[in-house]
Amino acid sequence: MSDTYRRIERLSGSPWAVVALLVVGLALPLVFPSYQTAIAVLWMMVVFALTWDVLGGQMGYNSFGNIVFFGVGMYVAAVVQRELYFDIGQFESISDKFNVHLTSAQYLTGFGLGTLLGMVICGVLALLLGYGILGLRGHYFAICTLGLGVAAGEIAGGIDYIGAGAGMAPPVFPEALGSRGLFFAYFFLALTVASFVLLRWLYGGRFGLAINAIRDDEDKADSMGIPATRYKSTAWCVSAVFLAAAGAGFGHLNGWIEPAEIAFPGATMGVWMVVMAVLGGKGTLWGPVIGAVVFYVSQQTFWVLLLGWQLVALGLLIVVIVVFFPEGIVGWLRARRPATDKGPSP
Amino acid sequence: MESVLGNLDLLYVAPVLGLQLLVNGLLVGAIFALVAYGLALVWGVTHIINLAQGDFVILGGMLTYTISSQAGIHPLWALPISAVLLYGLGVVIYRLVIRRVVDRDIFVSILATFGISILLTQLMNQIFGADIQRARHDLGTWGFFDNVVTVEQIKLLAAAITAVLALGLVQFLRRSRVGQAMRATAQNPRAARLMGIDTDWVYETTFAVNAAICGAAGALVVMVWSIEPFSGLIFTIRAFMIVVVAGVGNLAGVVAAGLGLGVMENFAGFILGTEFQIGFVFALLVVILLWRNLRLGRKREVLR
Repeated sequence: MSDTYRRIERLSGSPWAVVALLVVGLALPLVFPSYQTAIAVLWMMVVFALTWDVLGGQMGYNSFGNIVFFGVGMYVAAVVQRELYFDIGQFESISDKFNVHLTSAQYLTGFGLGTLLGMVICGVLALLLGYGILGLRGHYFAICTLGLGVAAGEIAGGIDYIGAGAGMAPPVFPEALGSRGLFFAYFFLALTVASFVLLRWLYGGRFGLAINAIRDDEDKADSMGIPATRYKSTAWCVSAVFLAAAGAGFGHLNGWIEPAEIAFPGATMGVWMVVMAVLGGKGTLWGPVIGAVVFYVSQQTFWVLLLGWQLVALGLLIVVIVVFFPEGIVGWLRARRPATDKGPSP
Repeated sequence: MESVLGNLDLLYVAPVLGLQLLVNGLLVGAIFALVAYGLALVWGVTHIINLAQGDFVILGGMLTYTISSQAGIHPLWALPISAVLLYGLGVVIYRLVIRRVVDRDIFVSILATFGISILLTQLMNQIFGADIQRARHDLGTWGFFDNVVTVEQIKLLAAAITAVLALGLVQFLRRSRVGQAMRATAQNPRAARLMGIDTDWVYETTFAVNAAICGAAGALVVMVWSIEPFSGLIFTIRAFMIVVVAGVGNLAGVVAAGLGLGVMENFAGFILGTEFQIGFVFALLVVILLWRNLRLGRKREVLR
């Protein structure tokens, strides 16, 4: 038993694990064509958990406001699509009828540019916010980001340019490009693999050591000469960039954007990020991936049975996980089978 | 933007409108201060920041509304019932959850109270519905300056009740044996334990007393204002902000900051428009935290 686990542990640290992830990801939407949208969202959940864990798990900073970058990325991408090909008056007159059609080349260019711009804007935003807010510690940081997430939704709901509380619609997915679900399943798969590979590389090097040192004792890390603020801002920036891309994709996948439930859903997706990372095992590379898959699959399977009590169950789930199972799935496995000295643990 | 300038102009032309905002702000600010004092009490004694604080308030309001409308009594008589029920809930939550996280790191306790907050919000949404609730109090309004400035009697009464509750709480902490035990535990839990104080019981009582305070405050809120299940978070944020400005264990500061916040919020709501009032509170939180941290940063310290 113990040997098997060690072998799995070693395998999960090797590049083959990423290849396996990629193969599974490529095959999934083809094997289950009717679940393509759900698969796209599954990968998005993995990105959520992975990016939350950068701060929450590896750096020890509880962020309840990461959803801000998701929403900003979503709006930026949608606005770019709109601004590239329409003036506002024309767009508003036709978007009421939900039939904003673009050619596939236009759609892809707009989507690509919008996503990139969203990533850049969110990266810069995270750096700027990071220099201010990441100076706060513990409780203060957590509550400040909690406020940030809600404030973003409230403010977006007051801006007429992006449709205010009523929302706006990105262009319709062109039929020439084939299945929308498949397109976005592969988009989010690419995003998952990219974030996973980047984070694996970052955690394996100086960056990972630095943010772990910040988690363990920031004052000591600081006095050892680690530029804590710079590392913290960079870490948040990495999270923000991937969340922005996820937001851009989700806005286009959903085909409809509004502030409270889609762009800045602090009470649902904002909470899921935390739950998934903690469930899988915070502070590990594979924990968030496993947590996201377990959470999302069970959510899709069982949640219908809860008949509207889903969000109550979510609150209960957080309390139960945090109080009784704080080490998460991966942490629990690791505690049962202590790590060996052969190679680094992932 | 024009509307903002227009509103400022209006205030300049008719300063008596400002008086109205000031009065309303002070009267609701008193309730904010009470909730904040409860938060500071738990924070000081157990070192937990209760993110479910605002949800306790809303739950208190929901219970008051339900009891008074079902039993046909005045909501004021439902206030003590709500406080007692919340005390019980506080005990239950402490025994089930808080006791297991009280001596762990803040990461765990903040996530746990965050989970409780979501749980309570959604439970209220399921049980009481998402509608806005407002208890009927049948009290009139006094008008001054040709009815330009109005003072709702219920707001005045609520502020008076708040003051009585706060003074009672202070005397309880100062004079009673339990209050002394709480203060001793806040100063040094280990020494308190050595002196024979059952600190676990003290934590439990502190948490439950705080819940009862929130229950009473919620009863007042549902009378003077209106509540809905999702407005708990903003009460938590307000209370937290007040304590950050005033400091834990500084009653005069908490009162001043609470009243100040009430006034600022009313003015911001008038000048920016009520749709930005909530956004203003959150933005103010961020500004206050950064400002505090910047000031401490000059001394090479951080908020912790």
